[in-house]
Amino acid sequence: MVACREANGLEPDTRTFGPQYHAPEDLNEYAKTVIKFYDEGGQQSFMKAQCMHCVDPACASACMLGAFKKREFGIVTYDADLCIGCRYCEVACPYNVPKFQWSRAAPKMVKCELCNHRLAKGQQPACSEVCPRQAVIFGKREDLLTEARRRLAANPRYVQKIYGDSDGGGTQCLYISHVPFEKIGLPALTAESTPTLQRSIQHAVYKGFAAPIALYGVLGAVMLRNRKKEAVTS
Amino acid sequence: MNTQTQAQPIGGRIWTKPFRALSVLFAVGALFILVRLATGLGQITAMNDGYPWGLWIAFDVVTGTALACGGYSVALLVYILNKGKYHPMVRPAILTSALGYSLAGLGVALDVGRWWNVWRVPVFFWHWNLNSVLLEVALCIMGYTFVLWIEMSPAFLEKAEAIGTVPVKRFAARTRPVIEKALLWVTALGILLPTMHQSSLGALMLIAGPRLHPLWNTGWLPLLFLLSCLAMGYAAVVFESVLASWLFKRQPDRQMLAGLGTATLPFLVAYVWLRLYDLAARGQLGALFAFDRYSIMSLTEFALFLVAGFILLSDARRRRLGDLFRAAMLLMLAGSLYRFDTYLVAFNPGSNWSYFPSVTEILVTTGLVAGEVMLYILIVKTFPILTLEKRDVAYHH
Repeated sequence: MVACREANGLEPDTRTFGPQYHAPEDLNEYAKTVIKFYDEGGQQSFMKAQCMHCVDPACASACMLGAFKKREFGIVTYDADLCIGCRYCEVACPYNVPKFQWSRAAPKMVKCELCNHRLAKGQQPACSEVCPRQAVIFGKREDLLTEARRRLAANPRYVQKIYGDSDGGGTQCLYISHVPFEKIGLPALTAESTPTLQRSIQHAVYKGFAAPIALYGVLGAVMLRNRKKEAVTS
Repeated sequence: MNTQTQAQPIGGRIWTKPFRALSVLFAVGALFILVRLATGLGQITAMNDGYPWGLWIAFDVVTGTALACGGYSVALLVYILNKGKYHPMVRPAILTSALGYSLAGLGVALDVGRWWNVWRVPVFFWHWNLNSVLLEVALCIMGYTFVLWIEMSPAFLEKAEAIGTVPVKRFAARTRPVIEKALLWVTALGILLPTMHQSSLGALMLIAGPRLHPLWNTGWLPLLFLLSCLAMGYAAVVFESVLASWLFKRQPDRQMLAGLGTATLPFLVAYVWLRLYDLAARGQLGALFAFDRYSIMSLTEFALFLVAGFILLSDARRRRLGDLFRAAMLLMLAGSLYRFDTYLVAFNPGSNWSYFPSVTEILVTTGLVAGEVMLYILIVKTFPILTLEKRDVAYHH
């Protein structure tokens, strides 16, 4: 969390424990990643939340000018110049990831961009670099899936499932856990990505913009005919 | 008796007591708008990262534009279904639509965080994301607002021709025929654009996927929004006409208003039928009668629609101004609640989030509505919009 904050130049969130501590209660305008502690019925676990970098990201599907876009390495990036702050991405994201700078007069969206500025220099994301026990690792999706399968097989304590393999249409941030995924904040999603239904309706209606143009022609034609009829009767 | 009288300015004093009261509300709203611009959205609204859209989107934009569908629904009746006798209703309906959509536009401009970038949405066409339903809604609403003011412009030009200085008169006399010639195709656009964005306002929330409650989450949302906004449009015209006739002490054309009441019925019935059919087809009728808060909200929507429909079914009740007015209000309320529910109640980002609009957020909305009403009064008193008979004229049917 500290490495993430420093790498991304975010101000500390001191609202919870005062000025000495960066202690965000969840992902927010000060935190692109946060470690949550789960403790229930004798089961304990840590959960690292950040952008899932979906294979088919809902935020990018929602964004009017493409401020959110899926780019190199599959990273979902943010470009403030194309953002008008409408927050439709927040409505869209099934993981509740993009955050808005509510406290600012000139706000931006805040979300993990997988330290793309570090990747460009050949470095790793800050969070995986500083993790001493490989709880957070960085790599190609296939390699991560292989490693996840290996860890699942090696330890039957894990729920025998890789979250993000197909959930929500697949994500590039993958999880394995010994606690049921829903309990640590990963929603049960089908293999169909969330923007699919909306997109299929939208594209069926507006394919090639033919339907609106046809409707416009029909409306105009009907109105012309009605006007002529009226001219005759009066 | 010739009921096809010309539209006339109402005349009379502008700065009346109710107008002064409205201006206070407007001033309070304007003050908090300034605070919002200076300090950001977090200070004066209750919106948060769980509920990124609040009252301003759900009411000012989504509900506001649906209530401003009078111009759309009346244009459909007059120009497409060729019911020429409703022609006197066109101008007042277009005016309230133009004001309603302008208010919605202002509402959006205040709601978006990076408002100084808004102009880029229509201009940066090479960046347009054609997957974005919001892009379509934004472009359509911007375009339609422009179309509505063009449709209104002959009324302003008529006045300018009558009272303006010589160059103004000349300009108006030259411009008006050009606009009137193009008006047919502008009006056709004025039917096409709301058909597109009112349905898309329903499609918008589909992207929330599993976070939208199943009672509202259906692929039929676009059609349900479209059907209900048309019914609301007629209801809003009835509501405004009755109110204007009371306020300005004129006699409304009861027969015409009763006819508008009838016009709501096909849309109202189609909406209720489709909503029920869809719930049944998706096996959600159980959820409808679960009597949790979602079920109660849905049932309330249904009840409002059905009571309004029941009143409007009888010809005798449609002709009674009080009944008609009540039915119109219920119908407007029903469609508004459906939109509030879809955007706020049905949306569940997780139990750790909650939203209820803050006082200042509400004051901004009331300020904007007050401003809209003030403009309406100002315009109908000054320009030829309303066709209302004086009350002292004997009135028989």
